[in-house]
Amino acid sequence: MSSFADQLLVLVMLINLIMLGTSRLMFSIRAVAVQGVILGVLPGLIHPFSGHLAGITAGIILAKGVAIPYFIGGAVRKAQIRREVEPFVGYVPTLLLGAIFTALAFVFAERLPLAPEHKDLLFVPASIATLLCGFLILTTRRKAISQVIGYLVMENGIFVFGLLLTEAMPVMVEAGALLDLLVGIFVMGIVINHISREFSSIDTSRLRALKEE
Amino acid sequence: MTDIIIHCAVALLFPPLLLGVIGKTKAAFAGRVGAPYLQPYFDLIKLFRKGSVFSETTTWVFRAGPLITLSAALIAVLLIPLGHHGAPLSFSGDLILFAYLFGLSRFFTTIAALDTGSSFEGMGAAREVTFSCLAEPTLFFSLLTLARISKSLSLSTILTHPTPAIWLAAGASMLLLVGALFITLLAENCRIPFDDPNTHLELTMIHEVMVLDHSGPAFGIILYGAALKLFILGAVFINIAFPVATGNALIDWGIFIAAMLVLAVAIGVVESVMARLRLVRIPQLLVGATILSAFAMLLVLR
Amino acid sequence: MLYALVLLPLVGALCAWIVPDNRLRPITLPAVATVHLALTALLLVNTPPPSPGGWIWLDPLGKVVLLCISLLFTVCAFYAVGYLSYRQERSNRVLCMGLLVCLSAMGLVTMTQHLGLLWVALETTTVSMAPLIYFNRNARSIEATWKYLLLCSVGIGLALLGLLFLAYSTYVAHRDATLLLGPLMLSARELNPGWLHAAAIFLLVGYGSKMGLAPLHAWKPDAYGEAPGLVGALLAGGLVNCAFLSILRVYQICLASGSELAFFQDALVGMGLISMAFAAVFMAHQADFKRMLAYSSVEHVGILAIGLGLGKGALYGALFHLLNNGLTKGVLFLSSGNIHRSYGNKTTDVVKGALTRLPWSGGLFLAGFIAITGSPPFSPFISEYTIVSSAFIEGRHPVGWLFLLFLVIVFIGMALTVLPMVMGAPPADLEPSAYEDRLLTVGPPLFMMAIILWLGIWPPAFLVSLLTEGAAMLGVQP
Repeated sequence: MSSFADQLLVLVMLINLIMLGTSRLMFSIRAVAVQGVILGVLPGLIHPFSGHLAGITAGIILAKGVAIPYFIGGAVRKAQIRREVEPFVGYVPTLLLGAIFTALAFVFAERLPLAPEHKDLLFVPASIATLLCGFLILTTRRKAISQVIGYLVMENGIFVFGLLLTEAMPVMVEAGALLDLLVGIFVMGIVINHISREFSSIDTSRLRALKEE
Repeated sequence: MTDIIIHCAVALLFPPLLLGVIGKTKAAFAGRVGAPYLQPYFDLIKLFRKGSVFSETTTWVFRAGPLITLSAALIAVLLIPLGHHGAPLSFSGDLILFAYLFGLSRFFTTIAALDTGSSFEGMGAAREVTFSCLAEPTLFFSLLTLARISKSLSLSTILTHPTPAIWLAAGASMLLLVGALFITLLAENCRIPFDDPNTHLELTMIHEVMVLDHSGPAFGIILYGAALKLFILGAVFINIAFPVATGNALIDWGIFIAAMLVLAVAIGVVESVMARLRLVRIPQLLVGATILSAFAMLLVLR
Repeated sequence: MLYALVLLPLVGALCAWIVPDNRLRPITLPAVATVHLALTALLLVNTPPPSPGGWIWLDPLGKVVLLCISLLFTVCAFYAVGYLSYRQERSNRVLCMGLLVCLSAMGLVTMTQHLGLLWVALETTTVSMAPLIYFNRNARSIEATWKYLLLCSVGIGLALLGLLFLAYSTYVAHRDATLLLGPLMLSARELNPGWLHAAAIFLLVGYGSKMGLAPLHAWKPDAYGEAPGLVGALLAGGLVNCAFLSILRVYQICLASGSELAFFQDALVGMGLISMAFAAVFMAHQADFKRMLAYSSVEHVGILAIGLGLGKGALYGALFHLLNNGLTKGVLFLSSGNIHRSYGNKTTDVVKGALTRLPWSGGLFLAGFIAITGSPPFSPFISEYTIVSSAFIEGRHPVGWLFLLFLVIVFIGMALTVLPMVMGAPPADLEPSAYEDRLLTVGPPLFMMAIILWLGIWPPAFLVSLLTEGAAMLGVQP
């Protein structure tokens, strides 16, 4: 079963790269939704079945796979934007950077010893690679929505690591991750609405009144 | 010995049929009857019977181009195993030779195009070189990954090594490799979505524009070389993607040829359902393929 | 009683939500704050034992921060009543609720011993502050809010990953995975060093960006510049101290592990010096005085980090400075809020001669400037002196000299902005404004200034013993 978990983690990392390479916002949102669903399925593959586990799976799929993408998708439709225009760094360079970060994540993960039952699993590199790719999306894109998607990807990365601990520390991990996510996304959503009202656009590069002269 | 004879016979006679199958598939999708399966053979025979016209401004390079391209492809086809039969020629490190034979053939295609002095062909050459720059790392990464899996540097071992067992053990990286190789296969052979072999629209042609000045037998050689290249890369792809071997030599040959025909149908389907990409998007897809193969290598190296 | 400290502000927030009248609503703030301060005083004298599970315990470190927050909040609460009477044009419901929710979360930060709960509380403070920065509802404030929210959320996310690494290090060491401070410190020596190292890095970066340590301070000038003065005061004196307390908790674990301490201290000193350097560079010729205060805050979190990183004698100074910086920043932000109200502008092009136009606020701003740059007889002088003298005693001469150099540059840079603002004659063409100094807008910062002076001249014995206890928790191997 665990090798299947590894295949899914590879898929998670591929989705990161796809998101780095695409300009279509709705496509990114769907991709992040798929990533969320994969994260929901993962715990069932590495831990023995329990009611707690079923709860996590349902909660994650509902939150990361359905609710949040729906919420962001609504914001995109409302603002009537389809694609990210002119990111700060082009798609090919960010894609290459994403690949390099993924490679670095593997190098970094090599240096950290895993518990015996998690040996040979890709959780640590996948987690760090996803975190870094999310950070890359967050920093290189202009649209507020893209930045929120980047934040979402980052959170997914953190959550991937948290999955290793769901048995050892039952409530903490999912409570932390979900709270962070829901609160963060919710507040950001409100702010995005205000931005679009204030600037009649959600392009954060217009947010440049505040800087050092 | 029988295997070697069959190998040569298949490699020499089979390739144009792939083009015929692709054409037939596309015709079926478009609701036409289409040209007969053997049409590429008829075309080749027709071309070889014609005379040639050479521009006065060209030099020997222009005439040598098609010949060198074809001979490079002919050597390359001897290096790769077809199905699960070893290749006639095989030595440690031949994967480097294999990769550079493609480089050589590309070099002479482009330099022959430049030799005509036409700015139009120069443009095609520039595009060809740019895109192959991006496609080549994919091929290298894929071959290196496979070399790592099979712990060998000879194409015969590398390409006959994959088995269903390996697919189960290293499924993720094999899947990535197959994806990357399929993209390379389409790009290297100028198929849609990278280039359309049937188009003659100036703005978007890549490969076709470079051979506009060739005529008669020279053009026939180019067409035949292109079919051979499709055959070679297709065989590499089939060896990795469909590593089934029964042990019986004749049945294996049958499986191989059937698989190649299925691949040709698959290419035809891709060409029918996809539109050609805008030129600016092509590097993106090629870089994506490179990243896929690099990622596969990362997973294997770990 | 500890739980009352968390629940009381929440009840207050509920009241603020219910009260319909925009004039009456701010009264909830001082009402809650006074009870909160009284409770805090009681708790400091008579500390309850740790809760059965060990999750809740007000230890000396928590006490120092709680004291600072409670005092600062009370002052800000009284000020808020005066300030909001000038801002009747917009509803203050969200502001009052946000402040109270934030107070509740900050209280929880000070008393929890569970790093996960600490993280949740810190996240709550971040989110509850976001609508307050957006109080002015204009394009600039939304920009500041967006930057604040994005950077702090990223930081807090990284901190979560750090916590997970920490928990995993206990898991690899075949102990029950836990984030309780006590058990973690007991088993710290057996934790896996690789994971502990990674955890320390992520926690430092995460909490450091919340605290505004350079180079993670990008949100700070914008958020401080655009937020109302009293929100700025709570950001600089409250949230910064909460984040610093979180870093102190990490420091405690590194201390207990032994092997990780040296790296963590070096990282703190390095980031602290970079923060001071950034502040020194950007403060020169800063025309916007609220942004200048933000850079001053960057400088002072740098001082805190250096104090912690130097260890030993400097620890006392760092803890004392936490209190002094919080209170002095409160004075500066509140009085700068008054000046901003009166001139309708926060650049030094327009704001001149504040001492003539607003004698009390201008005077307080000047006094606050003198205090924050570390001049005697105010208390920041003592804490900064403790840190720098400890640097020289420990033989860390380069650190000490750089510290002094940056202090001097900051002093000059800040003086170049502050003195023209305060001295001279106000511009003749300036329209008279509705704002004038009144008891409720001047009294609270004046009271705080008096405390700073008192602490600087004659620190009370209970405070000294509290700080010594706190420093002992950080300096001695348990």
